[in-house]
Amino acid sequence: MSNSIPSIELYAAPTAGSGHGDHTDAPRSFRPALVQLVLVRWREFIREPEALFWTFIFPLLLAGGLGIAFRNRPPETVRVGVLVAPRSGAHANASINVGATTVPPAALDLPAILKARPTLAVDVFTDDSAAVRALRTGAVALVVTQTQPGMAAYRFDPSRPDARTARTLVDETVQRAAGRRDPVTVQERTISERGSRYIDFLIPGLLGMSLMGTGIWSVVFSIVTARTKKLLKRLVATPMSRADYLLSFIIARFVFLVAEVVFLLGFGTLVFGVPIRGSLGSLAIVCILGAFSFNALGLLLASRAKTVEAVSGLTNLVMMPMWIFSGVFFSSSNFPSAFQPFIKALPLTATVDALRAIMLQGATLPAVAGQLGILLVWLVLSFTIALRIFRWR
Amino acid sequence: MSVTLASSAPSATCALFVRGLRKHYDDVVAVDGLDLDVPTGECFGLLGPNGAGKTTTIEICEGLTQADSGEVVVLGQRWATDANALRERLGIQLQETQLSDKLTVEETLRLFRSFYRRGRTVNDVIALVQLEEKRNARVVTLSGGQKQRLALACALVGDPELLFLDEPTTGLDPQSRRQLWELVESLKAAGRTILLTTHYMDEAEQLCDRIAIVDHGRVIALGTPKELIATLGAEQIVFFAVDPSATESLSAEALQSIASAVGAPRAPRAADGGWELQVAAPHRAIPALLGELARRGLRLAELRTHSPTLEDVFVTLTGRALRDE
Repeated sequence: MSNSIPSIELYAAPTAGSGHGDHTDAPRSFRPALVQLVLVRWREFIREPEALFWTFIFPLLLAGGLGIAFRNRPPETVRVGVLVAPRSGAHANASINVGATTVPPAALDLPAILKARPTLAVDVFTDDSAAVRALRTGAVALVVTQTQPGMAAYRFDPSRPDARTARTLVDETVQRAAGRRDPVTVQERTISERGSRYIDFLIPGLLGMSLMGTGIWSVVFSIVTARTKKLLKRLVATPMSRADYLLSFIIARFVFLVAEVVFLLGFGTLVFGVPIRGSLGSLAIVCILGAFSFNALGLLLASRAKTVEAVSGLTNLVMMPMWIFSGVFFSSSNFPSAFQPFIKALPLTATVDALRAIMLQGATLPAVAGQLGILLVWLVLSFTIALRIFRWR
Repeated sequence: MSVTLASSAPSATCALFVRGLRKHYDDVVAVDGLDLDVPTGECFGLLGPNGAGKTTTIEICEGLTQADSGEVVVLGQRWATDANALRERLGIQLQETQLSDKLTVEETLRLFRSFYRRGRTVNDVIALVQLEEKRNARVVTLSGGQKQRLALACALVGDPELLFLDEPTTGLDPQSRRQLWELVESLKAAGRTILLTTHYMDEAEQLCDRIAIVDHGRVIALGTPKELIATLGAEQIVFFAVDPSATESLSAEALQSIASAVGAPRAPRAADGGWELQVAAPHRAIPALLGELARRGLRLAELRTHSPTLEDVFVTLTGRALRDE
């Protein structure tokens, strides 16, 4: 084998080495180490099917699932129960009652009347205990019983919104069937405007959450794994520039970012018709700044941790409040006003608020300057602290 | 054999110069006043048991660990002032680096090549470590020996003037070890300066021009393998066991008298359920030993001899075995 080794000059002085044989693979490109490091990031990412799933497929599934669950649809039907007397004894009872009271309105055929109302679904019970069970388990929202002609009893739980709706609908139907006339004529006009539906609210939230998730995890996993495998230590034993190493995460992230954002927003606009009213440029700037802030936060989280387990706990601890408070799934204004300054300072709140303002209200960059400022502060602070305390071994 | 080093400044042909190196972790002293001189072109070995301070020493020389005190001059430069220049000139293999599983052999080497301003081509080093067939294989699919050769290739791709190998064959099967030895020997033949650590005495004996035996963070012996073995003054090591096999069956006084009867410089040492005796002339010592045992009414159960090794040197110096297995 020794014949395959080119002879080398022995060490003589620090400047020696001009005699080293073949020194180049190809013409040296611009910052070869940075290019290679970015390629490595890219390869490690696309060769990890799970990472691809969590970055691209999972947000789509979430958007699709929630979009369908909360889609705008015709008014929902309410399921109610009608308790009628068993057939054999019922006739005897009814005839006795009718005979006894001779109330003018004849006994109403409640099942038929209620079934005629399109927004009501009707279950007929002949057994009281079965009706009670259905009520308790929520199978029906309300049970109506005709106690005697001209009188009805409603059984329902007023703390349940659908039960209150059921009471209104059932009562109106029964009263009209019994002859009530409404003195005022009403015209109804319903609207469903793009931009004010739940899916419109949700897509920018999911985009923000996705930027946070991939931004933080991609950095945290790579760095801490490299540290536990002593790869980080091996790399710093080479002349590799440490700045190049950290920069490679941000540059590689930029490539995934474009794919991730286009994928999710494309899905939202094509499938659900979610509007993008502001300029695409402003949207891109918010996405980039948000993604880099989360990158820097990831760098900070990964700067000392020695095991993946430790950093996973830490990362979840940091992301948890943002999942809850930052208004991804519901508006953060639901939280008490004392919490609001804290909530507004979270990077995910800033990202999601800015994305919603641009997409749904057509806001311009100056209008979201506050949010951009918050993101910039997170970016600079996290990055500076991370560089200071980073453990390279 | 001289453990004390005379010169206090590195000479022009000195690739590695270490004086009074000290390093402690919490309350453990890892390196305790260690001196080294490695001239250019030499393959120098640090031999010692696990925990002797070999890795700490080599990592200080590699610029990865800061010493508490002492002087380290590598290729005429110092870490405090010339770290960047030095990294360009060194090839390093760490003891337990796992390269990225998802990259191929070629991609890994391309990455490492990109860090150096000058170096060898990726094709060159792949051929050198005989991984041509694995060029496009992911690291995760490589065997232990192939991974180790890839790690060596990463160390060579910058065409280093000085190569540090920390326990290069630990955990490898015998065939992979032999393959790696051949590789190191070919590098030696090409005149490369190498510092390697090992706790395998056969590896040190096979590969190293000179060896420093390290124990408790100090160099306790220094020389060529031949010189070190010669310090024993023994031509053969005689192992004997008696019936019943209990090693306690011989008193210290009895052992001393056996040693003097056979003309051995030191009393026999308990080992493997028997005794080891260093003898200068086996053709005289063995009959004398048999006679002495017979005289004491002891029945010989086993008798073996072997040429002395660095293991015997270590045992003689420290009273402990090199590998506590």
